[in-house]
Amino acid sequence: METLIQQVAVGLASGGIYACLALALVMIYQATHHVNFAQGEMAMFSTFVAWTLIQAGLGYWAAFFITVIGSFIASAAIEFAIIRPLHKAPELSVVAVFIGLLVIFHSVAGWVFGTELREFPSPFSKDAWFGGSLMSPHQVGTIFVALCIVAALFAFFRHTTLGLTMRAAAQNPGSSRLLGIRVGRMLMLGWGLAGAIGAVAGMMVAPVVFLDPGMMTGVLIYAFAGALIGGIDNPVGAIVGGFLVGVLENLLGTYVVGTDLKLTVALVLIVGVLIVRPAGLLGRRTVQRV
Amino acid sequence: MQLSSVTPSAGHGVERASTFMTLRNILILVVIAASLAFFAKGYVLFQATMVLAYAIALVGLNLLTGYNGQISLGHGAFFAIGAYSLAILMNWDVPYWLAIPAAGAISMVAGYAFGRPALKLQGLYLALATFTLSVVLPQLLKYKLFQPWTGGVGGIVIIKPDAPFGIPLTSDQFCYLFTLLVTAVMFVIARNLIDSGTGRAMRAIRDHQMAATSMGINHQHYKSMTFGVSAAFAGVGGSLSALAVQFVSPDSFTMFLSISLLVGVVVGGVGTLWGALFGAVFIMFVPELAEKVSKDAAWAVYGLVLILLVFAMPKGVMGLINRLHSKSVARNV
Amino acid sequence: MTRLLEVRNLHASYGATEVLHGIDLDVEEGQVVTLLGANGAGKTTTLRALCHFQVKNAGSITYRGERIEGKSTEDIAAMGIGHVPDGRGTFQSMSVEENLRLGCHARKDRIAVATDLDRMYDYFPRLKERRAQQAGTLSGGEQQMLAIARALMGNPTLLLLDEPSFGLAPLVVKDIFAIMRRIREEQKVSILLVEQNARIALQLADTAYLLETGRIVKHGPSEAMRNDDAVRRAYLGE
Repeated sequence: METLIQQVAVGLASGGIYACLALALVMIYQATHHVNFAQGEMAMFSTFVAWTLIQAGLGYWAAFFITVIGSFIASAAIEFAIIRPLHKAPELSVVAVFIGLLVIFHSVAGWVFGTELREFPSPFSKDAWFGGSLMSPHQVGTIFVALCIVAALFAFFRHTTLGLTMRAAAQNPGSSRLLGIRVGRMLMLGWGLAGAIGAVAGMMVAPVVFLDPGMMTGVLIYAFAGALIGGIDNPVGAIVGGFLVGVLENLLGTYVVGTDLKLTVALVLIVGVLIVRPAGLLGRRTVQRV
Repeated sequence: MQLSSVTPSAGHGVERASTFMTLRNILILVVIAASLAFFAKGYVLFQATMVLAYAIALVGLNLLTGYNGQISLGHGAFFAIGAYSLAILMNWDVPYWLAIPAAGAISMVAGYAFGRPALKLQGLYLALATFTLSVVLPQLLKYKLFQPWTGGVGGIVIIKPDAPFGIPLTSDQFCYLFTLLVTAVMFVIARNLIDSGTGRAMRAIRDHQMAATSMGINHQHYKSMTFGVSAAFAGVGGSLSALAVQFVSPDSFTMFLSISLLVGVVVGGVGTLWGALFGAVFIMFVPELAEKVSKDAAWAVYGLVLILLVFAMPKGVMGLINRLHSKSVARNV
Repeated sequence: MTRLLEVRNLHASYGATEVLHGIDLDVEEGQVVTLLGANGAGKTTTLRALCHFQVKNAGSITYRGERIEGKSTEDIAAMGIGHVPDGRGTFQSMSVEENLRLGCHARKDRIAVATDLDRMYDYFPRLKERRAQQAGTLSGGEQQMLAIARALMGNPTLLLLDEPSFGLAPLVVKDIFAIMRRIREEQKVSILLVEQNARIALQLADTAYLLETGRIVKHGPSEAMRNDDAVRRAYLGE
């Protein structure tokens, strides 16, 4: 029984990371109706940047904040320069560009930083008080960070005017423009936030799986699964979905299919959800009007 | 409510399989290509064989994406299934000329099996699901339980067949010519499919699924069938590539293969058949060239080229050719 | 009275297709002007052209003495032109109150915003009842009220109203227009009203313009237009 609880706890810790990344995916989807396939690789790249800063002598938190802010700016810039010009382009072209970005980030990371596994420090020291027999301090810390991000975003979107206008711009760009809302800026903001969240997710994952260019591909798949299960247009759903996937992945991986097939579990989950309930558990069922 | 906004169609209106795809043209090209077997040396011949194998797979993917509007980021998986099917069958002493269509059939079943539940998925959801498939497949191929069949991480070795009936060709030459034959056949099949009533139904579904359904087109059937057929093409391409390489292993079929196939379709021109040839040439040779530019960042160059092409030539090479052709026609009118 | 809006030789096109072929229009401060015409005459296009929204425009549009035809939609909105689009354009999955708050997103003065919110609820009591409700679940008439209230929350000087009666039952339309009459008196906002329902539009408006296939064919005070034979035959069914 204790191992079961432990597995659930570990699952929650990975789930926290998936939840963060899923949230980033949902935010971009809500704003643009596109899925950012490159989200994982961008997060991985940010983490490498952080690593470089730490290697250069910067303290962890300094590197952390610089990376997060840098990722925000870079993501916003990508939206402006590459994605925005395609807003009238067909779906396939946009997907192709996202894939192009994925490939570029993946490859450049390997080229600039090398492909060997590297250690990445955790801000939560091994002897911290909040660790225990169930979970390491890092795992507890990860869940805590994930929940903080969720809470902050929730407060931002529900209770600030900027959050309100961002939601409006995503939902109905035409009406928003007529109200004087600058939709383009809202899009950049959305991408920037997604990039920043991705960077945090990467920095939470790296201490566990070690840093290398392939670090985030699996995580991205799990995040997809989480976002879809929760409802691809629902931020709360993304969080719930992410945690759920983390727990399921761990439980099924430990007790049912073994670690080799864990990603397959994600695939089955994704396809399963999409067949049975495409709107996800908490998503809105959209009626397609003729 | 967007209509035909999944793909940039290279030709508007009736969209037959292109004015260039006459039987006569195909025959001419086949003859020219066949002569290559006698001029080219081993490695170039091998590359040419691979180009043809990719072209078949790209035709399949194009059927799905260009003519039916479904986006797949997982066709590398069906390519792999075709390749592995061939390897396994040949290891059971099935002759290659049976194994290849069998591989195609197996891929078709797999494609249909995946496509049927994935029916409800539009655009990006399907892209997501197929992307996951492409990431997961190498894992599945390495899985211990399947090892007796798949050979696990080590893969399976294939022996290239000799030319039959004692024809004086090397096995490389024969492999190339055989692949060329299969390619021609597949192109003709695809062309006939597109120009048939089935093809029109497929295109109707792409352009406006709801309207198509209201006109009595059973979109579920057509969509999963299209998926199955396109997977079959990918499988045949995969099996031919396995024959040429003489080896299959899980790491040959990562998500980057699926990405390459998608790139090939975008580059060649979505919704065209000839585009498959241009696309295949692209994915065969550009990574090599990219490696010359920068050994480690080859894929970055590749990705950059892809993005530039989407901006500069959204309708791919065929789109460009069609545009130039109609301009010259207009000038002569 | 200073002229609030002066439009001269306005052309508008969607892509390569020109829909407005040079129209002239004036709105004085405090006036209600109505633009009448059948389906496809170009009425909605006119409003869009004024806001430079989804159309290409050419010609001159002078608002409060300033030329605005080249400005962006967002800038024009910020200058005090409130546009209630055809189809209402409500944010369906947001609540009524969120919709209203979006109308005044640029305003910083919280107390003034709260006062205006109350005033909107006063004009449209049904919105007050449903303030926490999702806008998409409101009836057509309520959504129209919401759209108007949302535009008014921005404290506009000029209100552009695109076919408020569209798809609504006659009683509901009467209701809405009664409220608009009240708003006009109390808010001192000028209104450019596009309508197919000529009768009720002429009741509210001071002057009227008649648009046919992209050209103004008649204009004048409402009274005169109401008595005009051509107008009566074509648009009033008399």
